[in-house]
Formats: sequence, structure tokens, C-alpha cells
Amino acid sequence: MDAPEEKPTSGLPHGAAMQRNIVRRRRKGTVLRSIFLGSTLIGLVALAVLLFTIINDSFGLVALDYKVDPATLSDRPLEELSRDELVVILQDNISSNAFRTLERTTPMAQRSEGDVLGLVLERVVKQSVAGTWSLTDSLLNRSAIEAQVAAESPAATLKFRSWLSGGFLTTPMSSNALIAGVRTALFGSLWMIGITILFAFPIGTGAAIYLEEYARDNRFNRIIQTNINNLAGVPSIIYGMLGLAVFVRLLEPVTSGRVFGVEGSNGRTILSASLTMMLLILPIIIINAQEAIRAVPLSLRQASYGLGATKWQTIRHHVLPGAMPGILTGTILAVSRAIGETAPLIVVGASTFIVSDPDGPFSKFTALPIQIYNWTSRAQGEFGNIAAAAIMVLLVMLLTLNSIAVLIRNRLSRRAS
Amino acid sequence: MTTQDRYTLNARNMSVFYGSFKAINSVNLDIERNKITALIGPSGCGKSTVLRSFNRMNDLVPSARVEGEVIFHNQNLYAPHVDAVEVRRRIGMVFQKPNPFPKSIYDNIAFGPRISGWKGSKTEMDDLVEHSLRNAALWDDVKDKLKASGLALSGGQQQRLCIARALAVEPEVILMDEPCSALDPISTLKIEELMMELKQRYTIVIVTHNMQQAARASDYTAFFLMNAERAGEIVEYGPTGDLFTNPKDKRTEDYITGRFG
Ligand SMILES: Nc1ncnc2c1ncn2[C@@H]1O[C@H](COP(=O)(O)OP(=O)(O)O)[C@@H](O)[C@H]1O
Ligand SMILES: [Mg+2]
Repeated sequence: MDAPEEKPTSGLPHGAAMQRNIVRRRRKGTVLRSIFLGSTLIGLVALAVLLFTIINDSFGLVALDYKVDPATLSDRPLEELSRDELVVILQDNISSNAFRTLERTTPMAQRSEGDVLGLVLERVVKQSVAGTWSLTDSLLNRSAIEAQVAAESPAATLKFRSWLSGGFLTTPMSSNALIAGVRTALFGSLWMIGITILFAFPIGTGAAIYLEEYARDNRFNRIIQTNINNLAGVPSIIYGMLGLAVFVRLLEPVTSGRVFGVEGSNGRTILSASLTMMLLILPIIIINAQEAIRAVPLSLRQASYGLGATKWQTIRHHVLPGAMPGILTGTILAVSRAIGETAPLIVVGASTFIVSDPDGPFSKFTALPIQIYNWTSRAQGEFGNIAAAAIMVLLVMLLTLNSIAVLIRNRLSRRAS
Repeated sequence: MTTQDRYTLNARNMSVFYGSFKAINSVNLDIERNKITALIGPSGCGKSTVLRSFNRMNDLVPSARVEGEVIFHNQNLYAPHVDAVEVRRRIGMVFQKPNPFPKSIYDNIAFGPRISGWKGSKTEMDDLVEHSLRNAALWDDVKDKLKASGLALSGGQQQRLCIARALAVEPEVILMDEPCSALDPISTLKIEELMMELKQRYTIVIVTHNMQQAARASDYTAFFLMNAERAGEIVEYGPTGDLFTNPKDKRTEDYITGRFG
């Protein structure tokens, strides 16, 4: 383009000056764009590193040492034997006293195949871990590892193992990392989250309705609002201490289930943990729900009032359905925060070693993050591997919840339009 | 013949405030039964405010306050014991932007009766829905897709759905706030024809920015302007024919001939 003559009278650049100015403004945009791309990449790299570390630890070579070679017990691999065959091996190789004790705790007929296999490995084979290697090590330095194992523990066999497996999900906690699983912790987390939602969703939604629809704009309500906003930022350990004081101690008769006729437990129950988690996520739920309610268009409310609807009818038929996708999404996101919280659970007294499934709100319990915390603090390498596997389980749970949130939002907002 | 036989609504020295701001200054307006009354005037002079004061929709604005009286069936709508919910059922409203509920066409119509304590059967409700849609000249367009979302209709159809929805609760008055300003000319004409039909059974008050519309469709016209304190006042009010052909006030003449605001 030919530049028109410069017009010195105007403050605006013209001609060549205008073109230079445009180039300069464009360049600024380009620089910022690469900065934004950089920020995105940093985030992606962090995420990739996290996933890589966890996957790297969840699979890999393990050198297993035996007191008794499994090959001497059966001509087939132990994993392929039926439960009855395993019971026979067990009976033949441990003292009859020990067998009777086991039989008395849980009769063999009621035990699962995996359970009996665990017993055989623990009591008969006396399996132990001579060393574990990460996935990358296992793939890249296999021959070096084989040489090292041959030199240090000649009796050991080297096997590739996926620490995350079906059995890992369905077996309870054990002090032997080879047969330990997350079943108890998984159930504990599910129970806790279920009860948390049961309380937090209606209370949070109710509070949001009150604050948005009914509360007048006066000093008292403004103070409440400010406090809710601030509570969302309080560190979770503080909620743990509150939960300990209020739910575990003060309300012990309720949280231990004594007033409901449950005997023999203290206040350190799933219910206490759930109520503590409820306190922790209520502010988040309330704030999200308020935002969702505020986003319901005024025109919709006007239409409803204009037909002679009362305030509650308008809320019930238009405001809540319109806000529901946002409320549900907010709740699920808050809940996925609660699933990963560890500190408050430690404070309210989750158990670290527990093998029986929780059977209701008044059970003692453990939860996935507690289990992970517990395993990562063990010295033996194999506990690092099962911790990584448990983290994978936790991540899958979180991803599932978040996908449900997205699904609900899409489904409901499609119905709304 | 008493005033309230001839008139449906009488505003008496009605002033409306938003907080300390006086938006309407002492308006007197008699709305004749089974006629269409148009409120015209430049933006911001308070036409919507007057309209909302006629069915207490202004109650929804926390800062709004009405002084003076609006008489409906010999009763001041702003008397302490009057229930705004009842007022709004008897004096319906259609808004500037079509605002169907995000529900089916059927449920859009059925919502008003249901929340107002409808006791009839399913077939009676079907009849009511059909009747309301016919009265809003929408039945032929939608009779095969009553289960479809109200939002799937065109703008003009949506506005007629909103009118049908208002009719379903059997109001006596229908207030319309610039009901055609978001519509194309064809849809606008359809709504105007519809208003002519409806005035045989209802009293209609319409706010419009469109001079031709007021001239074509209304029986009475009230012209509003802001006074020196920016409060809306009625400059001139009378039969539409007189006001448009023979305005008494110079400012009215300037406005309707387009020499103003
Ligand atoms: N909700 C409200 N809160 C405060 N002021 C308002 C509100 N609605 C309208 N007003 C004011 O009242 C005056 C009249 O507005 P409105 O009735 O909408 O005029 P019109 O419909 O004639 O354009 C304007 O000055 C406007 O700013
Ligand atoms: Mg207006």
C-alpha cells in the first residue's frame, strides 16, 4: 500500500509512521503469545513428569527370593492352582496348629483364591523382595540388572511385575508389599465420600439459595458472605483439628454410633471423617452454587413471577434447574478435592493398618491417601511401588469423578437449550 | 357507569422511585377496558417503569418504591394487604426479549396454571394448552411438536408462545413491554394482528418505540418525556387518532414527526 502524505497536524500517526506503529503493536502481541505458550508448556511438562514418575514406579522388574522354591511344591506355577490345591499345599507345609488357627479366623472354604495364595506365599514359600527396579531401568538396563541379581542373590528369580493389578484392588492391606492391596482403603474412601456428598450437597445448595435469593443486603449477611469466601482458603489441617474437637470428641456419642445402638467403637469413624470433609468442602460448594444461581438469567425469573409464581415456585422450577449443572459440577470438583485430602484424616484418626472392610458410617476406616502416605514413608523399595500403584488408583478415581462432572454439565445444559 | 366499569386500571398521582432517584413523577393514567393503550416516548423516560408498576413487577427491584395509587377493581394495588402474586396472575406481562422457559412448548403453557393450583384433568390441560395456543395464533405452527423445546421456535413464534403462556392463567390485562423490538417486520405484524384479536377479551397496555405501531395498533396513546429532574411525566394522553393527527403539545408533535430525541 502506498502511504498517503504525512499530516503533521494530527496526533494520530499517518503514512510510514502509522505502518511502523502497527508493526510495533503486532510484535508486542507475538511476544506475549510465546509467553502464554510457554506457561502452557510448563503446565503440560509438570503434568507429564508427574504421570511418568507414577507409571515408572508402578511397573518394573522385581527380584524375588524364596526360602522354599515354589517349583518344589507343585509342577505348575502357584498362580494357576485352584483354591483347593493351594489349601492342600498349605496344610502339608505348616504345622497343624498354625493351620487350625487360620481355619478358626476364617474357614478355608470362605477364603478367596488370592487370599489362600497369599497365605502360601507368606507361610510356605516365605517370599521376600531382593530388589525392585523402575520401568525405565527394567527396559533399558535389563542385562545389568540380571548380572547384579545373579551376583548378589543367586537364588532370586527376576520377574516383570505390574504392581497395579486386579488383585491389588481386591486384596486388603498387608505388611507384605507383595500381597498388599488397596481394597480396604478404596472402600473407606468410597464410604467417606458418599456420606460427605449426602451432607454437603443439600446443605451447600441450601445455603447458596438462602444467600442468593433470600438474604437481604445488610451488614450481617455481608459478614457471612465474606467469611464463607475466606473459609474456602483455610488450610485443611485446621478443619482436621476442628473435626477432632467437634466430631471425634464432643459429638462422640453420635459419631461413634452409640446413640444409634452401635457398640464398641470410638469417635474415629467414617462419619467423623465425612463430616470433617463436609466442613472442608462446604465453602467451595456454596460459592460455586451461588455463582450458578446468579447466572440464571433475570428474564427467566421475570417470566415466572409474571405468571404469578411465588418466590419458592420460581426457585424450585426455574432457578434450581437452571443452576443445577453448575451446582453439580462445583460439588463434584469439591468432592474430588476431598478424596485427595490427607491431613484432616490423619488428625481425625484414620487407621493406618486395618484389614476389614468398612461396613457403615460407624466403622473404623482407612482411606486411599492415608494408605499412600503410609506406604511412601516405608523404607523398603517395594512399598514405593505399591504406593505408586495406589496413586494410580486415586488418580483414576479423580479422573472418573471429573468426567462425570463434565458429562452431567453437558447433559443438563443440552436439555436446557 | 362508574370509572371502574369503563376503566381497568387507574394510576393516581403515581410516582416511582429507585432509591432516592425519582424515575416517574405523579402520573395519572386511565386505562380503558378492552382497548389497546400505547405508551410512547424516548428511551429512559420511564415507560417500562410505569408498565411494571401496573402489576407490581417493580417489587422485584429491591430499591424500587411506588407512591400514589393504582386502582384495579376498586382496589389500590399497593394497599398493604394486596398480594403481588395475585396481582401478577390477573395482570399478565410479555417482555421485550422473548423469554420462553427452557422446557417443552406444552410445559411452557402449563406452567402458569400448574403453579396457580390447577385442579383439572390431563385432557382439560390439553384443552387449555390448545386454547391458549390458538388464541395466540400459534397452534397451527406447533400442534405437531408440543413436546419440542420452546427455545427451538423462531423469535416471533417464541414471543407468541410467551403471549399464549400469559393467556393460560386467564388474566384481565396484558402488559407488553416493546414486544416486537426483537422481531422482524412480518412477525411484528402478526403480533399486532394478534393484539387486535385479543383486545376483545383483554385490556392491553403496550410500550413501543415504533410510532407506526402505536398509530396502527393502539386506541389510546400516552406520550412520556423526562422533566428537568429526569423524572418521567405524561406530556399528552388521548385517543391515538387525535394525538397523532392533531397533537395539542408542541413536544408531542416534534416527537411523532421525528424532530425530537
Ligand atoms: N432496576 C432499576 N434500578 C435503578 N434505576 C432504574 C431501574 N430500572 C430503570 N431505572 C431508571 O429509571 C428510568 C426509567 O427507566 P425505564 O423505565 O427503563 O425507561 P424506558 O422503558 O422508558 O426506556 C431510567 O433513568 C433508568 O435508569
Ligand atoms: Mg423500556
